[in-house]
Amino acid sequence: MAKQHKNLVSFGIWTGIALLVAVPVVLATTSPYLGYRSMAYIIGGFAGIVALALFLLQPLLALGALPGVNKAHSRLWHRWVGASIVVAVLLHVGGLYITSPADTVDALLLVSPTAFSIYGVIAMWGVVITAVLVVCRRRLRLRFSTWQLVHNGLALVVVISTVIHAVMIQGAMEEVSKWVLCVAVLATTTGALALHWVVKPLSRRRRLDRKALSD
Amino acid sequence: MNRRRFLVAAGAAGLVLTQSPLALTLPAQAKGLAPTPTMRGGANNYRPNAPLVDRLGSGFWVTGTVRRAGDGAPLSGVRIQIWAATTIGGEREPRNHGSVLTAADGTFRLETEQIVPNFGEPHAHLAYDDGAFKTVFLRPVMPSARDTSVNADFVLAPA
Repeated sequence: MAKQHKNLVSFGIWTGIALLVAVPVVLATTSPYLGYRSMAYIIGGFAGIVALALFLLQPLLALGALPGVNKAHSRLWHRWVGASIVVAVLLHVGGLYITSPADTVDALLLVSPTAFSIYGVIAMWGVVITAVLVVCRRRLRLRFSTWQLVHNGLALVVVISTVIHAVMIQGAMEEVSKWVLCVAVLATTTGALALHWVVKPLSRRRRLDRKALSD
Repeated sequence: MNRRRFLVAAGAAGLVLTQSPLALTLPAQAKGLAPTPTMRGGANNYRPNAPLVDRLGSGFWVTGTVRRAGDGAPLSGVRIQIWAATTIGGEREPRNHGSVLTAADGTFRLETEQIVPNFGEPHAHLAYDDGAFKTVFLRPVMPSARDTSVNADFVLAPA
């Protein structure tokens, strides 16, 4: 009975994640705007949507919280999804550059008339810095806790600026599914950070206190 | 200083205070209508010398006026170049570029295909770039992507 219940919960979690990722992507493919755009623009736009959706998985993989995936596999997936996010960001910026070099350069130089592009550029640099730190991690010889703090801090900045960037844009994404995905991404990110930095240390301390009392 | 003289002096000072802002605005009013500044990103995807056209499509109107800085006199026969991302393609699509001349009252209008959001915002581009006045690039944003018109007004300063 307990196992059946567990299976049901894990089925529910995976179905929820699949829907949260798939629905916004599928609805975006039905946008009439795509018919008016070049292939570079379409690929660039969808790379952005995919990156946003992948941010839903990253904190869950980092925590090893996805049912049916063991910790080792979870860490491996976290790296692959991370690499995919880097590729998606490159495709996003590259596709937009091919579509309109002037608009893209304006955004990168922070002189674009659109406020959301500033958040996009913040997120882009956050992803770039994260990728560089991941590659140089061994050489940097940071303490594990320092590494976690830097990596998680960057993740929070990247996710928040990506969400602001996404909700301000009028584009191919359908509005409701975009908002739902953005709220879900914020929830998994802040939830995972709260669990790691607040809930777990507190319960560890409580456990130690109890142990000290019983000794 | 007796009480009466103080009150008179205070009254005079008060009068000066209430009058002075007006006095400060007067020279600005004499200078008249200020020229429209170029907008950020206004010149993006500009293709100089867009051909004069009767229309670029149907269902959407780009409208505006062109006036002279200072006295605000309407300028007729001024060429305004217009481009935007529409349902027939992006901002670099040649069929989305065209010019119109202003009428005697300084107004201009050009019918185009429906403008669609481009780079996250539905907007048009307009340019005055013919030498007699200082070049101005405008980039008006539509409040809604469902709008079927967009307006942009030029106030031009002598070159």
